[in-house]
Amino acid sequence: MRNLLDRELQQLNGEILRMGGLVEESVEQTIIALRELDANLAQSVIAKDDLIDSMESRIEKHCLNLFALQQPLAGDLRLIGASLKMLTDLERIADHASDIAELSLRLVGSPAGTVPADVFVMADKTRKMLRSSLDAFIHQDLEAARQVCDDDDEVDDLFNSLILDRVNAIKADPRKVEVSIDIMFIVKYLERMGDHATNIAEWVTYNVTGQHGHMQHPEQHPERDRLIGEPD
Amino acid sequence: MQTGSDRKVKIAVRGLDLFYGDFQALKSIDMDVAANKVTALIGPSGCGKSTFLKTLNRMNDLVENVRITGSVQLDGEEIYKDVDVVDLRKRVGMVFQKPNPFPMSIYENVAYGPKIHGIRKKADLDEIVEHSLRAAALWDEVCDRLHKSALGISGGQQQRLCIARTLATEPEVLLMDEPTSALDPISTLKIEDLCESLKQDYTILIVTHNMQQAGRISDKTAFFLLGDLVEFGSTEQIFNKPKEMKTERYITGRFG
Ligand SMILES: Nc1ncnc2c1ncn2[C@@H]1O[C@H](COP(=O)(O)OP(=O)(O)OP(=O)(O)O)[C@@H](O)[C@H]1O
Ligand SMILES: [Mg+2]
Repeated sequence: MRNLLDRELQQLNGEILRMGGLVEESVEQTIIALRELDANLAQSVIAKDDLIDSMESRIEKHCLNLFALQQPLAGDLRLIGASLKMLTDLERIADHASDIAELSLRLVGSPAGTVPADVFVMADKTRKMLRSSLDAFIHQDLEAARQVCDDDDEVDDLFNSLILDRVNAIKADPRKVEVSIDIMFIVKYLERMGDHATNIAEWVTYNVTGQHGHMQHPEQHPERDRLIGEPD
Repeated sequence: MQTGSDRKVKIAVRGLDLFYGDFQALKSIDMDVAANKVTALIGPSGCGKSTFLKTLNRMNDLVENVRITGSVQLDGEEIYKDVDVVDLRKRVGMVFQKPNPFPMSIYENVAYGPKIHGIRKKADLDEIVEHSLRAAALWDEVCDRLHKSALGISGGQQQRLCIARTLATEPEVLLMDEPTSALDPISTLKIEDLCESLKQDYTILIVTHNMQQAGRISDKTAFFLLGDLVEFGSTEQIFNKPKEMKTERYITGRFG
């Protein structure tokens, strides 16, 4: 029964995972491009963004068609609804990977050690969050989803300390202002990627439980907020 | 078993068993039907939806070999003990799956019930007929041919006529057994809109095989299976995240 819908759902699942795989690849490559200040790799991340965008609109259309033609309910409804929302998060992560690639291009030629080591610690954690959120989706694993949300707190802490670190660097040597601002943007994009991975984990939770609780902890960062305004 | 908990309960069903001879068609049903809400009854063919609906205005009394135990209270009164059947049927009206207009004029169809209940003055009857036809969203389509045969209007119009006929006796509860199963989407939507507007004054129970319809019009949904009330909850909850696997399988079309 409902073989047709089941086939469609499987196909949708496959499409999301393929897109997830591409986004992961972009994130990995953008981190390498930043570490090596590799212009070619950065360019290829930027180029891939168009492909990911078109995948997003294709899958989005597929979801809307399933709503219109299959009128899904209960578990089917949640799966398609969650997929549709996750898509946006995946696409945003890819956008930010491409944003970081563009900043890497600006940093090409700077001396070694320009990008602080903690940026890579943060980047690595963010990449792992994305990986875990996709795993949570594949296995519909609540525990894994929970873990992603916990990891987001660590990423946020790194974000805060890196921003303060840059502020101090600028104060110490105003000639470093431009580079520091680029790095602040990179750090901000990484932090947003973590938030989007958390959203994905939250959609997995919704799909499994029917409840979409925001699991991100409403934290207060008065120092950061004073410096850079409210996070969006 | 949940009974649901709404502020005002119009019909309280407790431990309702119904047997057709040896066959048990309803098994210990508990349900609180909320006043001024639309309650949808869903479930596969033969699960007991129509049987349940008919116990609420004692239509099953007419069936041979039927045995009913348990309690059904309408506003706190036991309908199988304290209430006169004629009075009960006036308070709890029913619209059947197939439109069944009487072979008489549109006007007479609607005036029939009020006449039986003793209303004779033409002006009063005129008013009831117009009011009921308007409430059933049919007035504009038939006001210029009220004295033509009811059999000459379309199926969707006939169904709304049957609703008007039921409304004319001013019931408190409206039972509808698949009222739109034979109707086109426009007539269906008219009847659905009707449910929405009628619930200010009536308590409505509707049997439907159309999940989307149950979703569109009902506040609460009851899922029946083989004579059991498997799950009863808010329509939103049932169609988003049913608690019972059986409900999930039924509403997502993966039964059997
Ligand atoms: N008068 C009767 N005598 C004996 N058995 C009956 C009678 N009416 C109904 N039944 C049986 O009781 C069970 C419930 O029937 P009911 O008509 O309530 O089902 P339903 O849920 O309304 O189905 P459908 O969706 O097909 O209208 C069925 O197994 C049916 O065969
Ligand atoms: Mg029936």
